[in-house]
Amino acid sequence: MISLNINGEAVSVDAPEGATLLSVLTNQLNLNGQKYGCGKSQCGACMVLIDGNPAVSCTTPATSASGRSVTTLEGLRENGGPSPLQQAFIDEQAAQCGYCLSGVIISAQALLDNNPNPTESDIRLALNGNLCRCGSHNRIIRAVLRAAKEA
Amino acid sequence: MNDSFTMMKRRTVLKAGGALTMSFALPEIAFGQDEVTLPRNLERNPNLASWIRIHTDGTATLLIGKVELGQGTVTAAAQCCADELQIDLARLSVISGDTIQGPNERTTAGSGSAPGCLPAVQVASAEVREILVQMAAEKLGESADGLKVSDGTITGANGSVAYWDLVDGLDLNVEPTGKAKLVPTSEHRFIGQSVTRLDIPPKMTGGEIFVQEMNPDGVVFGAIARPPTYEATLVDADLGAIEAMPGVIKVVRNGSFLGIIAEHQDQAWAAAGALSAQANWQVKSVLPTHDGIYDWLENAENVVPKELVNTAPPGEEALVYENAFYRPYHMHGSIGTSAAIAQLGSDGVMTIHNHSQSVFATATAIAKLLGMEESKVQCIHTQGSGCYGHNMADDAAADAALLAAEVPGRPVKLQYTRAEEHLWEPYGSAMIMKTRAGLDADGNVANWNMEIWSTPHSTRPGGDPARLLSGRYVDPPHIMETRRDGGPPNYASARNGVPLYEFPSTRVATHFVTDMPLRVSATRGLGAFANVFAIESALDDLAHLADADPVEYRLRYLKDPRARDVLMKTAEIFGWDEWEGGRNKGRGIGFAQYKNLQAYTAVAVEVQVVPRNGRIRLIRAATANDSGHMVHPDNISNQIEGGVIQGFSWALKEEVKFDDTSVLSSDWTSYPILTFSEVPPVEVALIDRPGEPYLGTGEASQGPAGAAVANALFDAIGARVSRLPLTPDRVKAAMDMG
Ligand code: FES
Ligand code: FES
Repeated sequence: MISLNINGEAVSVDAPEGATLLSVLTNQLNLNGQKYGCGKSQCGACMVLIDGNPAVSCTTPATSASGRSVTTLEGLRENGGPSPLQQAFIDEQAAQCGYCLSGVIISAQALLDNNPNPTESDIRLALNGNLCRCGSHNRIIRAVLRAAKEA
Repeated sequence: MNDSFTMMKRRTVLKAGGALTMSFALPEIAFGQDEVTLPRNLERNPNLASWIRIHTDGTATLLIGKVELGQGTVTAAAQCCADELQIDLARLSVISGDTIQGPNERTTAGSGSAPGCLPAVQVASAEVREILVQMAAEKLGESADGLKVSDGTITGANGSVAYWDLVDGLDLNVEPTGKAKLVPTSEHRFIGQSVTRLDIPPKMTGGEIFVQEMNPDGVVFGAIARPPTYEATLVDADLGAIEAMPGVIKVVRNGSFLGIIAEHQDQAWAAAGALSAQANWQVKSVLPTHDGIYDWLENAENVVPKELVNTAPPGEEALVYENAFYRPYHMHGSIGTSAAIAQLGSDGVMTIHNHSQSVFATATAIAKLLGMEESKVQCIHTQGSGCYGHNMADDAAADAALLAAEVPGRPVKLQYTRAEEHLWEPYGSAMIMKTRAGLDADGNVANWNMEIWSTPHSTRPGGDPARLLSGRYVDPPHIMETRRDGGPPNYASARNGVPLYEFPSTRVATHFVTDMPLRVSATRGLGAFANVFAIESALDDLAHLADADPVEYRLRYLKDPRARDVLMKTAEIFGWDEWEGGRNKGRGIGFAQYKNLQAYTAVAVEVQVVPRNGRIRLIRAATANDSGHMVHPDNISNQIEGGVIQGFSWALKEEVKFDDTSVLSSDWTSYPILTFSEVPPVEVALIDRPGEPYLGTGEASQGPAGAAVANALFDAIGARVSRLPLTPDRVKAAMDMG
């Protein structure tokens, strides 16, 4: 049994040996806000916050998140609705397929937590570990700038 | 339907404000007023009940055969339906891509959803509205002509009645008349508005929407143990050793097909990896290699030559220009690997949730692969990662079904690993374009000639199990028939191969190579990207030879006013005329009308080349687009900008690498794509054409974008790099020679 704190709730999971945090979150805890993209720390689709820091869950063993606080995209919601950052992404329609978006929003949240007024190039740099194939990059940047401005 | 399949397809409704009040006295407009002509997709599915359902609870359902790929089609269809039914969008839910319930609109591809699906939805909705209004007229005892509809409530002199009260007695199992009047453009409430796309809020907040994150009750996980390369036969494998691995429920062997079913995802992948490595395969080394592919193409044995156009004798030439352009194999490169969930129900129906673009034909192919009746295989489209063409979505559906057949009653979820998706997806074909043009003494084009070499561009399942990856490896293997090139009006290798420029003499010919050393299929735009890259690069070279401005030179031969408008608009917003260059800086432009009949797009870009290593930095881009009457302007802008960025990525970075035995590009390091810090800002200008047909947008901008960056590079360094991608090494070599 692995004890985890996910989105503010304590949970215990009977995960197989060597299970990744990604697989436990997606397939055992039925959370949606992290996606398998590469399994090799190359694309950022699987990002979550661990103690507030962005981390790729695909190469993080579930056991190393034990005793730490894990936040997924669902965990950013406020009062059951979108957070201001999520709302800014909705308002800018900052996605095509949206598969990359969970990781992107997590990265962006971590950036804003550290730097509430980022420049466009700060954002590009912070999101460089997140791949987007649809070409939603500039919309994503606009959404982050909007969230910073509205905060 | 399956009894035990508990996964529900999400129905999302949209919140949109504003009450609707519309007069029912409409001017005569649009489709089929004088004669009964129906939009094609409606003609193919001529039962209104297969498109629209009205419910007693004040809601309605629209069913479409096109599917959501992140391009916003489902929302655009909902907008068209709500405007013609004259109801609020919030009342409408959409079922898309269900092979049992909905209309068969074939494949969602080729920028065909706006022109194909939207008019069908509009007319079907108008037909249903007229039926309801007629029923109301009878009920109210007055003529239909004086009735008005407001958000589903029909009001006349004698009172009002709502759609929802007419459900009892409503029979939509009728054919459209082709005579329903459409709501005039000026009264559209949703068409033309950038409403919030239905799928966006759940995607931003972690709602359940992608097949990759769904886990029906009792789910088990599948994985495939692939051979080392395409041409491989399984000699033997110790299945017992794999069956003993943790969590493994079953190891499946069928000929050279090897599959795993396990309790957990990681266990399934681990067992499949171990089995691939442990199995004994007979392998052939028969690939031409990524550097050898162009020689191979030119010398291929099985070639179908064809002359597409040959308008006039070549005329007098003062100067002859010749060049050859090369496009390597490209990946679709979806960020999420392909996935599906399949379950064999106790009623003998195989239900497969998957993200195929062609759920209908893929269901047929899977039925044949499994030896099942077609009516016993149901494909239900469930969103996946953006696909950009025929990626491995269909293979995943088939593989999940092959495994689900082994564990009746249990849902099997299968998601490919990154290496599997990179190594086995059907790539966009490698191509060569040789251009030859004669200029007269004034530098004007006297004649234009282009020859195209390409392997096939589509091996979509099309009801044939041989086109599903695992179909090749089961016993007996399914053998694919020789592929044919696509003809007019869409074309395949020759898509956009005939320039829109009106030259005095034009000749275009194709050398269609039927063999496929690498697996290939439809990749966004098929041959259009490469052909536009070649035509627009050559046009720039010709302008240079004629000592003319590239925009002005194009305008000499571009007669279609809408084409001229997007080119001039692009130049205007880019600031083409005011632009001042600088050391190692350049600007370039590219133009095309997709398929010569869909959206018009031009792209201009500014680059700076780093002389030390030849790296190209994209500084900024501008693009103008004309997609006809705009249903959802923001979607169009999104598609165009996304296509520009993808086109830049193809042009600058992408090439599938392979040696004589196998593909080498197995991850994002060996197949890099453009990253956030490399993507330039893109300014988009949309030209609306109210009342004109909807033109497909999704594949319109990649070609012009690729050409624009190649032309900007030429402007920056004064040398032409004609082989893609424009990697730093190639740029540096061109500069050193230059
Ligand atoms: S899935 Fe974790 S970085 Fe790609
Ligand atoms: S929106 Fe599709 S990958 Fe980013």
